[in-house]
Amino acid sequence: MSNLNGNPMLPQSFRIERIKNETDDTFTVELQPSKNVMDLSFHAGQFNMLYIYGVGEIPISISGDPCSQDSLVHTTRVVGTVTKAMRKLRVGDLVGVRGPFGNPWPVEEAKGKDVVLIAGGIGLAPIRPVVNYIIANRHAFKNVVMLYGTRTPKDILYPREIKLWEKKHRIHTFVTVDRAIGNWDGNVGVVTKLVARAPFDPQNALAMACGPEVMMRFTVRELQKRGIVDENIYVSTERNMKCGIGHCGHCQFGSEFVCKDGPVFRYDKIAHLFDVWEV
Amino acid sequence: METLERFLAEHKFLENMKPEFIEQIVGCASNVHFPAGEVICREGRDADKFYFIREGKVALDIHMPQKGSISIMTLEKDSVLGWSWLFPPYRWQFNARAKTDIHAIAVEGACLRAKCFNDHEFGYDILQRFSQILAERLQSTRLQLMDVYSANG
Amino acid sequence: METKNQKQRILPAGEFNVFLKALHEAGYETIGPTLQDRAIVYDKISSTSDLPVGWSDEQSAGFYRVYRTESPLLFDYNVGPHSWKKYLHLPNLLLWKAKTNGGGFSFIEDDKSVGKQAFLGVRACEVAAIRKQDKIFLESEFIDSAYKKRRENTFIIAVNCTKAGANCFCTSMNTGPYAHSGFDLALTEIIDGNRHFFFVEIGSATAEIVMNKMPELELASRHDSTLVQNNMREVSYAMGKSIETTDIQRLFYDNYDSNIWEEIANRCMNCANCTMVCPTCFCTTVEDVTNLTGTEAERWRRWDSCFTMDFSYIHGGSVRPSGSNRFRHWITHKFATWHDQFDESGCVGCGRCITWCPVGIDVTKEIKSLQKSKATV
Repeated sequence: MSNLNGNPMLPQSFRIERIKNETDDTFTVELQPSKNVMDLSFHAGQFNMLYIYGVGEIPISISGDPCSQDSLVHTTRVVGTVTKAMRKLRVGDLVGVRGPFGNPWPVEEAKGKDVVLIAGGIGLAPIRPVVNYIIANRHAFKNVVMLYGTRTPKDILYPREIKLWEKKHRIHTFVTVDRAIGNWDGNVGVVTKLVARAPFDPQNALAMACGPEVMMRFTVRELQKRGIVDENIYVSTERNMKCGIGHCGHCQFGSEFVCKDGPVFRYDKIAHLFDVWEV
Repeated sequence: METLERFLAEHKFLENMKPEFIEQIVGCASNVHFPAGEVICREGRDADKFYFIREGKVALDIHMPQKGSISIMTLEKDSVLGWSWLFPPYRWQFNARAKTDIHAIAVEGACLRAKCFNDHEFGYDILQRFSQILAERLQSTRLQLMDVYSANG
Repeated sequence: METKNQKQRILPAGEFNVFLKALHEAGYETIGPTLQDRAIVYDKISSTSDLPVGWSDEQSAGFYRVYRTESPLLFDYNVGPHSWKKYLHLPNLLLWKAKTNGGGFSFIEDDKSVGKQAFLGVRACEVAAIRKQDKIFLESEFIDSAYKKRRENTFIIAVNCTKAGANCFCTSMNTGPYAHSGFDLALTEIIDGNRHFFFVEIGSATAEIVMNKMPELELASRHDSTLVQNNMREVSYAMGKSIETTDIQRLFYDNYDSNIWEEIANRCMNCANCTMVCPTCFCTTVEDVTNLTGTEAERWRRWDSCFTMDFSYIHGGSVRPSGSNRFRHWITHKFATWHDQFDESGCVGCGRCITWCPVGIDVTKEIKSLQKSKATV
């Protein structure tokens, strides 16, 4: 996309085309540039800074299809002031957008290999573009496994799509919940436990994980137990961000600026920070 | 008997166990099958057996008044179902229900306890393996309790 | 006959106002040291009478006082609480405005032009600090247009230190006391018998233009040059503090779990003074404001500090809730991670963080204890 060549701090206005409630506390917005025709391309794993008039600006990962540039899609959870205000917007309202920013998932490197995707909670939103990319280039990838853990069955994002991933696109999808409710008939237990039996060849696989930090720490250990080397594990991290361009200093994670060196990191590059408290 | 021995030797839980130990387990074991939907054990009842799951999925659940059965964990191929047989009062702590067709090997608790008592080296090996499972389950439970996906996680 | 360097000139101290006038004529607003509220701070100056002549300062950990002197020197003091970043990387900056219009709103870029400014009395450590911020805002992937605009309109007049402060350690950080580059003009103030003059070094083509606005200055002699060298040696020798920088990154990376952070946190008040006075600290936050009717919104950028809880807040809480780890983050960034990010240290050795720490936490001492604790392990 691009306003980044001019002033990277100046947003472009986008109009809300569609709003969809995903779960009790998550929703998806589809955005279109309000004036000019713009290049909406992005790489899976990148994020935009979204501004809500008079309220504030926050980083939100792009969860649309990187192979189709019809609109800008963001799925987010209502957790703070900005997302709460965003949830109140209607179709036709404007938001400010800066981006896309950040280092993407290694989808090109994953070609010719097995791919293990591990998502926890809202962490599926930044992983979905990887799935879309794989679907569009399915022949280029070998076994594809998606392990997805949520809090309860009603917190599962994109449930219809997930079924199609399994049925239509040969993506081995395993969904598990921490807590079952109602007549949930699926898996119960932590997502990290699914790694041990997931169908992939550890010698020729790339793993990409996105979720809460604790979940990722345990996920990495399970992947290592399976024999995947650290160089083939990628994780997505989260930090406070104000600028998205490495200037505000907020997102520092050791030497890394999560906004431009991340949010996706190859695990061996940040392994030394993963066990440091409050880094 | 020969197939039982092979099934046990192939089971992940008994990986690298000495053949003579496997043989001891065979003496207490039998092949079982549960069709999907069948209750394998009920909370509070005698835990006179445990199972090596060979095929299928088992749901562990607990019955809550007004809420029905709440699933707390899913066990799959290569898992072990049940450790209530190890300690008095030998009663099941949860319900287990076959989610799919289950092929398993049932082991008589009292029989195996006696063998552990008579052969401490064998008993140590069995307990080693069970404690590892216990630790893993505890770890998973802690992670579940952390509620990492909640908005305040 | 002695061949003289055309770029080294002599400006008699009595002619200093002529020099300031030349700057004004070249279109520069001059900013330099002034005495205000019993501290030497940077502000607009129009003549030498605005400079704190007859004043010097005394500093130690958590201590700063100005005092009267009989000296005729114009620059007889070390750095105060201000640094030049307040004129380049503004403490408060309007990023843009947004105005509502028929159901929507549009963004209006703040493209005010800025005037030309001349910084007078930039110490060597400060020249280094400006270069470090240049690297962040002008030489990384993205350019900070507001910084760029100001930086391009800034004329730097370095003044080499003629004395070392008690909290100074620029020699350890290789940034001073002598400014070798990064300036338009560099001055060294010398009193030699009854001569009081500035040894002037011309460092840019822009500086030539300014110099052409005043009567030509006489060329410096080898003797003058020797006086400057001697002065530099004496200042280096008198340096108040030092840091051993060999393996300094390793030192921090091996000590994430050290007890020292907890011990420092018992003294640290999380007041953020160190980050505000630091000439290289660059972190900012943003603030969104609207007018009462909501028809206009603005986005402001303000200096921020990693010592606040909000700094690392993400949904659910702060990433660094404990003071010990906030201090660890700050000092590790200065002395270790900055190297990974920008291929150099984030510290210039100016000593401001030591002087202006209300409890006198001294980074040079803390680094020494870290080095000592490591040696005994």
